[in-house]
Amino acid sequence: MSENPWTRCNNCQRILYKEDILDNFKVCPACSFHFRLSATERLTMLFDEGRFDLVDQGVYPLDPLNFVDSQSYGKRLEDSQKKTSLLDAVVNAVGTMGGIKVVVSAMDFAFMGGSMGSVVGEKITRAAERALREKLPLIIVSCSGGARMQEGALSLMQLAKTSAALARLENAGLPFISVLADPTTGGTTASFAMLGDLNIAEPNALIGFAGPRVIEQTIKEKLPKGFQRSEFLLKHGLLDDVVPRKALKTYVVRALRLFLNRAQ
Amino acid sequence: MDITENYYQLEKPILQLKERIDALGLSDDPGKTEKIAALRLEIEQEWAKISPHLNPTHIVHLARHPKRPYSLDYINALMEDFMEMHGDRRFADDPAIVTGLAFYKGETVAVLGQQKGRTTRERIDRNFGQMNPEGYRKALRVVKLAEKFGFPVVSLIDTPGAYPGIGAEERGQAEAIAYNLKVFSGLRVPIVVVIVGEGGSGGALGIGIGDSVAMLENSFYSVISPEGCAAILWKDQNAVKQAAAAMKIRSQDLCGLGIVDKILPEPCGGAHIDPDQTYKTVDEHLSRTLKKLQQKSTDELLEDRYQKFRKMGIYLEK
Ligand SMILES: [Zn+2]
Repeated sequence: MSENPWTRCNNCQRILYKEDILDNFKVCPACSFHFRLSATERLTMLFDEGRFDLVDQGVYPLDPLNFVDSQSYGKRLEDSQKKTSLLDAVVNAVGTMGGIKVVVSAMDFAFMGGSMGSVVGEKITRAAERALREKLPLIIVSCSGGARMQEGALSLMQLAKTSAALARLENAGLPFISVLADPTTGGTTASFAMLGDLNIAEPNALIGFAGPRVIEQTIKEKLPKGFQRSEFLLKHGLLDDVVPRKALKTYVVRALRLFLNRAQ
Repeated sequence: MDITENYYQLEKPILQLKERIDALGLSDDPGKTEKIAALRLEIEQEWAKISPHLNPTHIVHLARHPKRPYSLDYINALMEDFMEMHGDRRFADDPAIVTGLAFYKGETVAVLGQQKGRTTRERIDRNFGQMNPEGYRKALRVVKLAEKFGFPVVSLIDTPGAYPGIGAEERGQAEAIAYNLKVFSGLRVPIVVVIVGEGGSGGALGIGIGDSVAMLENSFYSVISPEGCAAILWKDQNAVKQAAAAMKIRSQDLCGLGIVDKILPEPCGGAHIDPDQTYKTVDEHLSRTLKKLQQKSTDELLEDRYQKFRKMGIYLEK
């Protein structure tokens, strides 16, 4: 945290004391706006006593296409790595939730919009394969703008790879809970994020296949208010529930108990 | 050689030769066989001039060529008794994809084919080959049927992408594609995929997981359309050329990256210049590949399919 103890809520514009937001799971105490969490903050919030072991580390992104737009992909990666202290947009960890050992993958939007390239696909796949090997439940917290264009079709193939790994998890009868945070769109939604035994989302998260701007340009109409938000998806039968962040851990632990037939 | 960016300008001499061939073919000119052969040679010569200069934008034009053979053309040319099956039995029929059963070399196969329209009317009716969730769910229904009866699946890809619309989102476009990825990856019958035109992102992949994935030489396969990429990364609709080049969308690039197993060569001037030759190439590929895949046990098939996609991706480990 910087020296300035005050911040403004992006949603209600109220000036708030940063400590109050942090004490409230990074949710605005005034309007319940859910601020984005880093992968580390997410893991700390989910695991018992905020303790977990990082796994599948040491997987570094490359620039296989030598991709350059207004900036080179190499430079974008470097900047994101500096900004987030992460190697790429997802972190895998093992620990307990409510005393139940689980594998959790948490995505980080601050790393190139949480986009999925080879590393994200590989690590999500490894998380699923670890869960399969160690017979553990899997939880993936998505927060991603979709496939990473800078890795071209290699990124697209991560949709296939991750979904295939989840199919194996399903065949083994292991639970997979998908948590969708704001935003989860594109290739991330069109693969693992929609394949949970439970698909649950934080309130008011943008969730969809196509981005709202692309849809507006295609249909040449303004989109209705609330379109592609969590509550809209719940209404249309695409989510099991919308769960406020404060209740998320309790919800997931209860779900795990039910799936594992483990009453308290 | 100064090359225009517009392939449709570039190919004019070839198209003129092709028109003469077609006219001769219909005529009762006694010397037409020799004349056609001579014209074919001229096409080859023209093509030899153009083809070394083709850039990814030209390939995009070729892949979207309005005269290019579409999925139904392949189905009609290569298969017999195609019985189209409509609808997902949940919401609607999606005309952007045709699905059904057909005989191929005397054996039943299940066929999926993303279908663009030829005329303006048909293009609109088929939504320009952009599927809605019910299309993916129709495909799902048919591949599950194939699994039940032990029929192999042939999937032909030609789409700009899944449709970005309000209804598509309401009915779970992302879920429909994701669910297909999961089911196709574990489907207990062989799946042969051929990208015949545009391989547009998740919309293509939604019927694009298979034991073999081949591409016609001048088709392309891409994580996002070059137009979409230009708009997002370059914030400039005129950067389509740069985006198409940067994303490495050509068959040769994708073969090199391990995403595609095989490139199916097209005749000089592209698939539309000599469709019969193109059908023959696809036919040989299909029959050889199906034969090879049918020799595998189901376990072997599924393990190989898993490993094929498992390996995709380039990263560094230390
Ligand atoms: Zn607020």
